[in-house]
Amino acid sequence: MKDRPRVHDFDWPLLAIAGTIAAIGLVEIYSSTHASAMAGMQWKQLMWIGIGIAGMFLISRIDYHSLLDQAPALYLVGCVGLLVVLLLGFSRLGAKRWISLGGIMNLQVSEIMKLIIIIVLARFFAEVRTDRLTLMDLLKIGILTLIPVGLILKQPDLGTAMVLVPVAVVGALCAGIQWKHAAVGLVIVALLVPLGWNMRKHLKPYQQQRIQTFLHPEEDQRGAGYQILQSEIAVGSGGFWGKGFGKGSQNQLGFVPVRYSDFILAALAEEQGFIGVCVVLLLYLGLILRLVDNAQKAKDRAGMYVVMGVTAILGFHVLVNSAMVIGYMPVTGIPLPLMSYGGSATAFVFLALGLVMNVRMRRFVN
Amino acid sequence: MPSWNVNDQKIPQGRLSLFSYLSAFFVVLLLVGFWKLQVMQSEHFSDLAEKNGIRSIAIIAPRGAMLDREGRVLVDSYPSFSILLLRDNPKLLEKNLPQIEDGLGIDKQDLDQQLDAAKTAPKFLPIIIKPAASQSDIAFVESHRADLPVLDLMMVQRRRYPHDEMLANTIGYVGEVSVQDMEKNPDRYKPGDIVGKAGLEKEYNDEIVGTDGMRRVVVNSVGKVMRTLDNVEAIPGKPIQLTIDEDLQQIAESDFVNKEGALVAMDARTGEVLAMVSRPTFNPNDFAVRIPPQEWAALNTDANTPLINRAIQAQLAPGSVFKVVMATAMLESKAIPPTYTAYCNGSAVFYGRVFHCDHAHGEVDLHKGIVASCDVFFYHVGQLLGIDKISYYASGLGLGQRTGIDLPSEQTGMVPSEEWSERVNHHKWYPGSTISVAIGQGAVTATPIQLARMIAAVANGGTLIPPHLMKDAMGLKSASFPLSDDTVQQVTDGMWGVVNEPDGTTSGAVKLQNVDFSGKTGTAQTESFELQNKLGKHLKENGWFVGYAPRRNPEIVVAALVQSGGWGSTSAAPIVRDVVKAFYDKKNGHFTPPTSTADNIPPSSAVHPVGVSAGAQQQ
Repeated sequence: MKDRPRVHDFDWPLLAIAGTIAAIGLVEIYSSTHASAMAGMQWKQLMWIGIGIAGMFLISRIDYHSLLDQAPALYLVGCVGLLVVLLLGFSRLGAKRWISLGGIMNLQVSEIMKLIIIIVLARFFAEVRTDRLTLMDLLKIGILTLIPVGLILKQPDLGTAMVLVPVAVVGALCAGIQWKHAAVGLVIVALLVPLGWNMRKHLKPYQQQRIQTFLHPEEDQRGAGYQILQSEIAVGSGGFWGKGFGKGSQNQLGFVPVRYSDFILAALAEEQGFIGVCVVLLLYLGLILRLVDNAQKAKDRAGMYVVMGVTAILGFHVLVNSAMVIGYMPVTGIPLPLMSYGGSATAFVFLALGLVMNVRMRRFVN
Repeated sequence: MPSWNVNDQKIPQGRLSLFSYLSAFFVVLLLVGFWKLQVMQSEHFSDLAEKNGIRSIAIIAPRGAMLDREGRVLVDSYPSFSILLLRDNPKLLEKNLPQIEDGLGIDKQDLDQQLDAAKTAPKFLPIIIKPAASQSDIAFVESHRADLPVLDLMMVQRRRYPHDEMLANTIGYVGEVSVQDMEKNPDRYKPGDIVGKAGLEKEYNDEIVGTDGMRRVVVNSVGKVMRTLDNVEAIPGKPIQLTIDEDLQQIAESDFVNKEGALVAMDARTGEVLAMVSRPTFNPNDFAVRIPPQEWAALNTDANTPLINRAIQAQLAPGSVFKVVMATAMLESKAIPPTYTAYCNGSAVFYGRVFHCDHAHGEVDLHKGIVASCDVFFYHVGQLLGIDKISYYASGLGLGQRTGIDLPSEQTGMVPSEEWSERVNHHKWYPGSTISVAIGQGAVTATPIQLARMIAAVANGGTLIPPHLMKDAMGLKSASFPLSDDTVQQVTDGMWGVVNEPDGTTSGAVKLQNVDFSGKTGTAQTESFELQNKLGKHLKENGWFVGYAPRRNPEIVVAALVQSGGWGSTSAAPIVRDVVKAFYDKKNGHFTPPTSTADNIPPSSAVHPVGVSAGAQQQ
């Protein structure tokens, strides 16, 4: 038994996997943008990776128990922050997600909210201390989660709002949801989804258009379906071996929408082929498995919930983004963690990994 | 220690492992999805990617020019820009249409009609929605490249007719290939291709049409051309040289101003057509750009049929010109002695009906019959010959059949016979009808070009020359209908008298110095006496004159028809004289050409946009 956490106890393999994915992302960002007006984006991304890693070390220094102690305060601060964004935030790409920070960087408050919800729900589940969640517990979890979800939806940012839900779901599963509750929940979801889908068709065209704009404000003028189709064409035409670095016509000629960010996997699939996709998805699987391993080795349930919260968010991101790229999911603006270009999203991933390191470092500490 | 931080619960290892398996399961599921696209449907998507980024641009080959016999330009082509509508994305198209209609000022109905017409064509082939783009149209397309990606510019070759209406009915016009033509020749034509629709443009379409080139370019997502992949140059169509003499044509045209009718001038030895006029006419430049539907309808429904080439399509009563056939039949058949005479007191009765003559000519023999064009003399000749002998010689001299000129839609005219009457009218030929036919009225009809060839054949001893417009036409064959020298001499003497003798029908008004000018007048009634009585007024006759020179073995033959012109001697004969005079003036080297009617069409650069990026097409 040690009495002090040390950097030596960091999960270096986990960091190596994350670093590899981030490096692949940098290369693909370079390939996608070097011949365009956006050339040089990879350096900005690299800077954010640096900031993220620094933040990771910082956050790992603060005992997660202390963070969990502050959960109510953090929750309050987060929700107020989201409100402030709604009231004062400036509009960018049609959505109010950003607040100005010192005039230099723009910080997405909803990204911080992801970290906060992990901590808040970990605290809540740790407090329940049972392997059978009651209906009341589930209701409380629902309320805790849906308040920030509603605020983020209002921005509007369906993607980030949705990302908060898996933290609650995975947490509930680990805490021990009763089968009957899980079954009822599944039935409700199964009923709501097709109902909502059918309702959509009864709407007038302009209303459908509004929903479309709501779901995805960046939608260009070429109509719904175009982005997905172009993404599928990029992926499909890449074939087994890919067209080669910098040689994907869909990517280089700009047919793949936001090819350096949300659709970076399509760009990679076109240039590196099925082989490249396999490597990337297996790296993500490695990342997830390594995270679960950390959860299994956590010193206490609180630590486990923290790690699984992080795992839930990252896994959800990878699943939804990859499925979107091949047309199995609608375009909702959920980036691929570590690869997609984006400052606060990338920083968030490293900060989340910092929480995981935090738990891991303290597994032997008394 | 706070209540939540009591470490009395074990980590649920099983549930966490379940999560690991679930993750692996989802990754496999995703990989299956990628496998489906990247391995199973790879070819399909490669095709789509190629279509996305690679655009084929046709480089239109110019049609070959048409030159007159001296190499002067009658028709040529010049480059200009057309606006293309890409149809491979129907949804996007639908969305963009209103803005396009607005920006380019295109009628919605018209555009819908065009899209409808192109329905059967492959979706990746664009259609031309504005054939002659103005500067502002081009600017509109250029400035909306990003938000109206369904528009594109294409350099095209446009037909130019510098002399406007001159020779228009013979040259014809061009237009977009029809759906039927495309179905017949799917490899050859694509929507928007320009083909000859009438006249020489149609007849020699295969000779003058070029081979379009093709450039494949890489375009980015907003349609900007990034680079050229390959380039197959267009092969321009070959020019063709016509037998037309622009000088004679212009003289003939100027004589037909405000007249209705037709003219054919031919080299009487070879059949080369030197001039060909048809009035009323049209301006083929109107067709060089897509003709608006209303204008097209107007041209087609115009009672004056301006699109018809009357020189080869007008089938009219030849009137007294037919007396040349009658005279030939009388002498050649030997059914009537050459010295036969008839007495004309201004009319005669046959089969109980009065047939008129314009004068009381007194005692008339064959020579006087031709010179003074005495109807009564030929009524008797007709009665003595009978319809079948007349029919035999008329057919032998080329009437009732196409001359075979290298133009589409030539008409046959009509030579009646007993057999024809029974076949078509289902009754025996009325002998009384022969009397009308004898002076070129009744059932007999002929086209101007047939009469020109007939007269030339009589004057040269029976060689039916092959009329043609292509200068170096191959495989031309003259038909032969040998006539005896006596016949030729007597009939041509008569025709010489028409022009040169004091009692000739032309009254010596069209005599030419130093030229042995001969011919035959005709003044054909356009309606029966019955109709005249019914209308209570007299419609003016069609004036004919077919002239030639010299008297035997002619070098030039000219047939002129002036519809509702009255006497052939005053309406048609002076026109023929002018053309024959010009022919000999040129031959003798003292011809002063009239001022050219060629327009000063601005140089093609004036319609070129400046700095057009699709002008990559200009390379």
